[in-house]
Amino acid sequence: MRLKIAETSGWGRVLRANGPMARPEKITALRAVLKQSPAPAIGNLRSYGDAALNSAGRTISMTRLDRFIAFDAETGVLNAEAGVTIGEILRVFSPRGWIPAVIPGTGFATLGGAIANDVHGKNHHGAGSFAEHVLGLDLMGTNGRIRRITPNGNPDIFAATMGGLGQTGIIVAAAIQLIPAGSQMMAVRENRVDGIAEFLAMLDQSEASYSVGWIDATAKGGQLGRGILEEAEIGISADAPREKRAKSVPRDAPQFLLSPPVVRLFNHYYLRRVPAEGRRVGRTMQDFFFPLDRIHNWNRLYGKSGFHQFQCVVPQTGGSGALSEMLERIARSRLASPLAVLKRLGDSGPGLMSFPMAGYTLAVDFPNRANAVGLLGELETLTAQAGGRIYLAKDSTARPETIADMYVKRADFARIANAADPERALETDLVRRLRLREEP
Amino acid sequence: MKQNWLILGASSAMARAFARRVAENGADVYLAGRDMDDLACLAADCRVRGAETAEALKFDARKPSGFPAIRDRLAMQDGELNVAVFVGSMPAQSAIDDDPALISGTVGDSFTGPAQFLQGFAPLMEDRGGGTIVGVGSVAGDRGRIGNYVYGAAKAGFATYLSGLRNRLTRAGGHVVTVKPGFVDTAMTWGLPGMFLVASPEDVARDIQRAVQKRRNTIYTPFFWRYIMLIITHSPEAIFKKMSI
Repeated sequence: MRLKIAETSGWGRVLRANGPMARPEKITALRAVLKQSPAPAIGNLRSYGDAALNSAGRTISMTRLDRFIAFDAETGVLNAEAGVTIGEILRVFSPRGWIPAVIPGTGFATLGGAIANDVHGKNHHGAGSFAEHVLGLDLMGTNGRIRRITPNGNPDIFAATMGGLGQTGIIVAAAIQLIPAGSQMMAVRENRVDGIAEFLAMLDQSEASYSVGWIDATAKGGQLGRGILEEAEIGISADAPREKRAKSVPRDAPQFLLSPPVVRLFNHYYLRRVPAEGRRVGRTMQDFFFPLDRIHNWNRLYGKSGFHQFQCVVPQTGGSGALSEMLERIARSRLASPLAVLKRLGDSGPGLMSFPMAGYTLAVDFPNRANAVGLLGELETLTAQAGGRIYLAKDSTARPETIADMYVKRADFARIANAADPERALETDLVRRLRLREEP
Repeated sequence: MKQNWLILGASSAMARAFARRVAENGADVYLAGRDMDDLACLAADCRVRGAETAEALKFDARKPSGFPAIRDRLAMQDGELNVAVFVGSMPAQSAIDDDPALISGTVGDSFTGPAQFLQGFAPLMEDRGGGTIVGVGSVAGDRGRIGNYVYGAAKAGFATYLSGLRNRLTRAGGHVVTVKPGFVDTAMTWGLPGMFLVASPEDVARDIQRAVQKRRNTIYTPFFWRYIMLIITHSPEAIFKKMSI
């Protein structure tokens, strides 16, 4: 099979890798690629750092192995190949009254990527992470042989594969449980929030199925942590929403676009978009779950030097103090962009390397300027001190020692992954950088 | 009326995207090609998307003995019969230079095989007084170029055949759409040097479906290839023959 030689990058476009990429369109072609030389499988390159990069060799793009295999309209169980995107599942099944139980912030994420990063959505406090709705999966070994893995039949390898960054084998297909949805619209309630303490209290008290907070990460002092809380339920109307065409960012934007005064101004008006007394709006599921997908290549807005996303989770106890400290440092750095999100997370799921744990998660984008790496280091330390975790799908700068402390089941993961892939052919740049497969 | 779509060369990325679109509109699909395991996967996908019937059928452009069985299978179906032809093969021109015997296979896959099939199938459509044939050619067929003139010649032959078939089927209420894609992001072009303005198979499939609905005769997809090819076909031969594009 012909390979494409191209530079690839994570979504943040800071870390890059050069290497040949195969893109099989059939299972037999995938086997042929593995026979030549096993390599890590990648999806739509929506992780921000180096989770899907391999500068030591090849990668295998799974995006064309994207067929639905079976759907049971009685039970809502969907079996599909790993390259199917979450957005495609939503598009095809929401008119029939079913949606993915967990929907990440971009519809371009693939099913395989959603499992390998054990993604979460705006309903994590109720529904848990993606892994909790995976009923089974087809895992291809580097020898090309496929094994059906289920949570009960193969608990070890299953737990190591959920959030396992593709290290236990190639996820070829998976069966997932969809949830019923009576509408394709979301009924959203938006309220302004004055500061971080109020924000956390409101997140704690919220009884909505879906909730997400937007934070003005440029605000300081008494306004620290102000923002908008969105709470939503699946709507009741059966109206089919109109399909909107996406726009695209055609080229790299100039640096001043996300300079501090512009971001402050933008955030000022973005906050006031919602009236002081709050409001109720209806949104299409696409707009609610994937607000940024309507602008293709929005990562180019950060210019050619790219950007970082910091995402951590901190436990509920002491979380408020840690988040305040983080937000203060972010505001002081003048690096904040308009993209800053605060959410509540529920309990951890089955994955050994899964990110979610009970607490609050903060995600903030920073343009890749000179002081960005320093700030990320400080935030990493604060996360560790608070007993929290950094999300590996977003990371490009963390240190192996901190990550080892945060992911306490990492040694088990390493043992299982190394047994499944003794040649270490599936290692990615992220796995090497953070020494995730080193055994003690 | 019930729509049936027979898709020849259904394993290709463009065919897959097109089959999905018609399946989502509720058409029955018959997926014909050589790799039966892969076609079975696509058939399952089409059923999940809304096709009541999706069947894999064995089709090899170089083995005409198998053609009547496919025609007879479709003849059993009620409703409108439509065919989309996505078959074709494009060996590197240098491989053909080394082994001229590859020409017959290239022409067989891209022109004479599908033409022979359609010739046998057309009477069925005439009997039913309707239906559409989509023939996928290539911009490479508009003018012979040093880089792939054997493939181009086969596609040019196919385009001429389609134009004649359109002339014939129009009389019976049928229609033929000639599709000329530019560079499309498929397994055939993956990793090839010199690709530009590459379209996704989904965009091409959308253009084809629209052309079928509007009963267009010949489309370029993406549309701007019409203008690129206008320039290429109108370049004076005295200059063109010295160029290598």
